[in-house]
Amino acid sequence: MSSRSIVRSETPRGFGIVLVVLATLFLALLVLVPLAAVLGTAFQKGFEPFWNAIRDPDTISAIKLTLITTAIAVPLNAVFGVAAAWAITKFDFKGKSLLVSLIDLPFTVSPVVAGLLFVLLFGSRGLLGPALSDTGIRIVYATPGVIIATIFVTFPFIARELIPLMQAQGNEEELAAITLGANGWQTFWRVTLPNIKWGLLYGTVVCTARAMGEFGAVSVVSGHVRGLTNTLPLHVEILYNDYHQIEAFSVASLLTTISLVALVIKKLIEKKGLLSAHGG
Amino acid sequence: MSEVAVAEERVTRRLSLYTLPRMLLGKRRVLPGLGPTLGFTWFYLSAMVLIPIGALVLKASALSWDQVVSIITNPRTSAALKLSFGASAAAALLNTLVGTLVAWVLARYRFYGRSLLDAIVDLPFALPTSVAGIALTFVYSEHGWVGGLFAKVGLPIAFTRLGIVVALTFVGMPFVVRTVQPVIQEIDVQIEEAAASLGATKLQTFVKVLLPMLGPAIGAGFALSFARAVGEYGSVLVIAGNMPMRTEIAPLLIVSKLEQFDYAGAAVIGVTMLAVSLALLITVQLLERQVEKRFGGDPS
Repeated sequence: MSSRSIVRSETPRGFGIVLVVLATLFLALLVLVPLAAVLGTAFQKGFEPFWNAIRDPDTISAIKLTLITTAIAVPLNAVFGVAAAWAITKFDFKGKSLLVSLIDLPFTVSPVVAGLLFVLLFGSRGLLGPALSDTGIRIVYATPGVIIATIFVTFPFIARELIPLMQAQGNEEELAAITLGANGWQTFWRVTLPNIKWGLLYGTVVCTARAMGEFGAVSVVSGHVRGLTNTLPLHVEILYNDYHQIEAFSVASLLTTISLVALVIKKLIEKKGLLSAHGG
Repeated sequence: MSEVAVAEERVTRRLSLYTLPRMLLGKRRVLPGLGPTLGFTWFYLSAMVLIPIGALVLKASALSWDQVVSIITNPRTSAALKLSFGASAAAALLNTLVGTLVAWVLARYRFYGRSLLDAIVDLPFALPTSVAGIALTFVYSEHGWVGGLFAKVGLPIAFTRLGIVVALTFVGMPFVVRTVQPVIQEIDVQIEEAAASLGATKLQTFVKVLLPMLGPAIGAGFALSFARAVGEYGSVLVIAGNMPMRTEIAPLLIVSKLEQFDYAGAAVIGVTMLAVSLALLITVQLLERQVEKRFGGDPS
């Protein structure tokens, strides 16, 4: 921020109190009360029903699929994010601004449309459907489809975090390393990576939270096969529709905890100012 | 001029005329890795994003114009599209008004619980939409903690269009707050003091001085929140009731068309929504450029 910005904050008086009360009421009704409802309903009959819902075989297999999906999607998007940020911030080339805009594209696509893309591509009546059914590989309505859809919706998160950070850091340190005789990999591992580690962690946390929580896109490509292609967010919806309220809210509270943890890590990184160009 | 000074100047000139451009060129040539990183970037982008989107456009463009028109103007489809855009606009408008208020309160006041409020603004970003859906339905249904109060005055929320607006407000809220809040923090307090010293009331200062400065950011927040709402599926799925012609949103219609193997119909609605989100993305980028111009570039 520039030096001219003076953040003024005061204790509310008069009309200010009305504004604070209105803002608090809005956030309470919209976010806090539903949050309390999730945790309250999950534990309304104590810890045991919650625990039974979590250790149910269908829940366990949903947890497994969610973890597998995240473990594949997030590292791939991280490698992509680092590679894209390296190319975009260290070099000039034609089509750079187009590339930056295209990376953001998945943000604007509806999750349902994202799922639709892969059904149209890999479904039995899709473009590649006939070729796929000859080889016997199933993508849509199977685990690979869930993973691909998750990659799509979380695609830009890490790249978006790294590009502005590496832009602000500039090239001087890398140039110095190269001048002193380091090769490309040494420069990356010993100079660039330590500089961007907090930004990378931040992007990874956001990406992981979204990957574990994606519903729409995964719902379209999964085919809802219970115990086979159900991720945790899908499992919540199925339990709820089957009138298993406590079970649904128990699994939901597990997911809520994951997102709260992600938020806390995010806030910690923001608060320590670790994302500024020379904060690492 | 002394000899030393002449020599110094010569060195400086050589540095600026000769070395500096070489250093700039060196930016491209000294660092390794452009080929592999750029190659991988385009490959991964094409495989994961561009080719799938191409497949959607290809599928939709295989239809004749008359077929496309008949799909869009089908009563159930046009009802769903109207509902999606209408409810999204209502939610985005609500978020723009109240979200700006929240951003203002968080940026300007110190009070007990401020950091908790600031933290929970981001929760809708992080919470899975199916969780949001069941939580909102629970709270806003006829027997829920909040919905019960509204139902008593004859305004049921869950399983009506109002419920859809509530869910879309939830998912879009952080976009307005997080777009407007940093801009409010950037506004120089002297501007308000100047307005006050010229005799403006607080309301006049807000409407005539601050609001025009916040305009682009508020506009960007509206567009982002609207774009998110148009595409939203999970949270609405549970709270809407999903009755065709009444509470069925466009993303839901895509899913039901897919379930009937009506790929062409799904593709046409999908492309329509894609076009709207692209238009919104461009709007947001233009507005953000305005924000940059006003708060990033000027040296005053």
